[in-house]
Amino acid sequence: MSLALQFDKISVTFPPSNRSETPWRAVADTTLSVAEGEFVSVVGPTGCGKSTLLNVAAGLLAPSAGAVRVFGEPLTDLNRRAGYMFQADALLPWKTAAENVGFGLLLAGVPPTETAEQTRHWLAKVGLTHAADRYPHQLSGGMKKRVGMAQALIVDPKILLMDEPFSALDVQTRQLMENELLALWQNDRKSVLFITHDLEEAISLSDRVIVLSAGPDTHPIGEFPIDLPRPRDVAEIRLTPRFVELHEQIWQVLRGEVLKGYAQTTA
Amino acid sequence: MALAFFMLWWGLTASKILPPFFFGEPLKVMARVGEWFIVGDIWQHLGVTLIETLLAFVIGMLLGLAVGLWLALSATASTLADPYIKAFNAMPRVILAPIFAVWFGLGIWSKVALGVTLVFFIIFFNVYHGVREVSPVVLANARMLGASRRQLLRHIYLPSATSWVFSSLHTAVGMAFVGAVVGEYLGAARGVGYLILQAEGAFDINTVFAGILVLTGCALLLDWGVTLVERRLLKWRPSHQL
Repeated sequence: MSLALQFDKISVTFPPSNRSETPWRAVADTTLSVAEGEFVSVVGPTGCGKSTLLNVAAGLLAPSAGAVRVFGEPLTDLNRRAGYMFQADALLPWKTAAENVGFGLLLAGVPPTETAEQTRHWLAKVGLTHAADRYPHQLSGGMKKRVGMAQALIVDPKILLMDEPFSALDVQTRQLMENELLALWQNDRKSVLFITHDLEEAISLSDRVIVLSAGPDTHPIGEFPIDLPRPRDVAEIRLTPRFVELHEQIWQVLRGEVLKGYAQTTA
Repeated sequence: MALAFFMLWWGLTASKILPPFFFGEPLKVMARVGEWFIVGDIWQHLGVTLIETLLAFVIGMLLGLAVGLWLALSATASTLADPYIKAFNAMPRVILAPIFAVWFGLGIWSKVALGVTLVFFIIFFNVYHGVREVSPVVLANARMLGASRRQLLRHIYLPSATSWVFSSLHTAVGMAFVGAVVGEYLGAARGVGYLILQAEGAFDINTVFAGILVLTGCALLLDWGVTLVERRLLKWRPSHQL
């Protein structure tokens, strides 16, 4: 199986904001990969640099050292093969839900009739046909996330980069969204790099979980294949014995880093 | 409340507590207003003032939009132009009215020019900030979806800037109106400002007030018109922000 995304000894250093500070190395010497069609979650303590890694994968940020490869080719500018789901609200406030969903196609020059058809199709897929003409300020948090998903997926990216997309939602909506994501992914297996601090979410969704150390100089300190059967229901899978076992294993590794991370912020 | 004010005004001047020569008499003021509208010679003056207002507003807005977008999107141009913009803005531009009269004559263009200098800065600053304040997340999202620089301008920067422009629209229209009237006041052959000037020269305080009333009425009408346009074009904004 070929590799959709490859990080080879990636380091990201941020220059100091004023003269007295030293440069901040967010990510140090990180090597990880996502195979084609694989769902990989990256977990780590707060502030460890998970989003930084994702931005490097997206091409929004250039690494200070190391190489990024997308389907074997080195990544130079923006990652055109990837879709990005943001943690914060990224919808265009002056466009309706339908216009937001069809935005990627509009940008690509797809003829209006086809754009309209695809938009209808995807709005139906995420259950928002009734809200097509509403503006983002008229949508709930969950609805906005669903529009965001449709917006990212309508252009059929080969890679999906997700930055804690559901962390701002309440628990019930979050589980609904997680199930919806799995349902959409099941039909068309994209390569996914999913960032979260929620270990349960990571295990329920992925084929493999990677644990990052606390910042600075974040790097992977553990990799855990998840052999839970698919299709999964995120609410039910959490109660199975194998899930609990995996959770314990990974939490052993993660816990130390979380405590380290807190020690730093309270110091 | 307006009625109470009128009653007070009439009472004070009729009983000569306030000398009518200086403060006018409300009944005579209303009579003058009525006369103007019934006989009809107000219309050409009003028309002139309104045309000047409209031209000042449109030209000022287009210039403000263009320069605002240009400077917000080009860091070098912005640093170069910054001190000049600040200097121009600090200058009391109403002083320019006589200069414009010399340059453009006593016709409508000197009034339009004055109005443009007033409108331009309001629109410019709003556009500049509107572009600078675009959410970086929305920007990154558009880029990831494949937007080119021109598409970013059209779908992100322009809508963001326009919404900021609309929030200052009331002030901008007001300024265009002020520019027109003050310009007329300082030298014109037609317009409501001119009528007021003539009346002042003849010490006809009632006509002065009549002129002021007519101007106030127009300003209110213009403001109402702006609100209508705003409501239609800004329906994507949460209502408490308007």
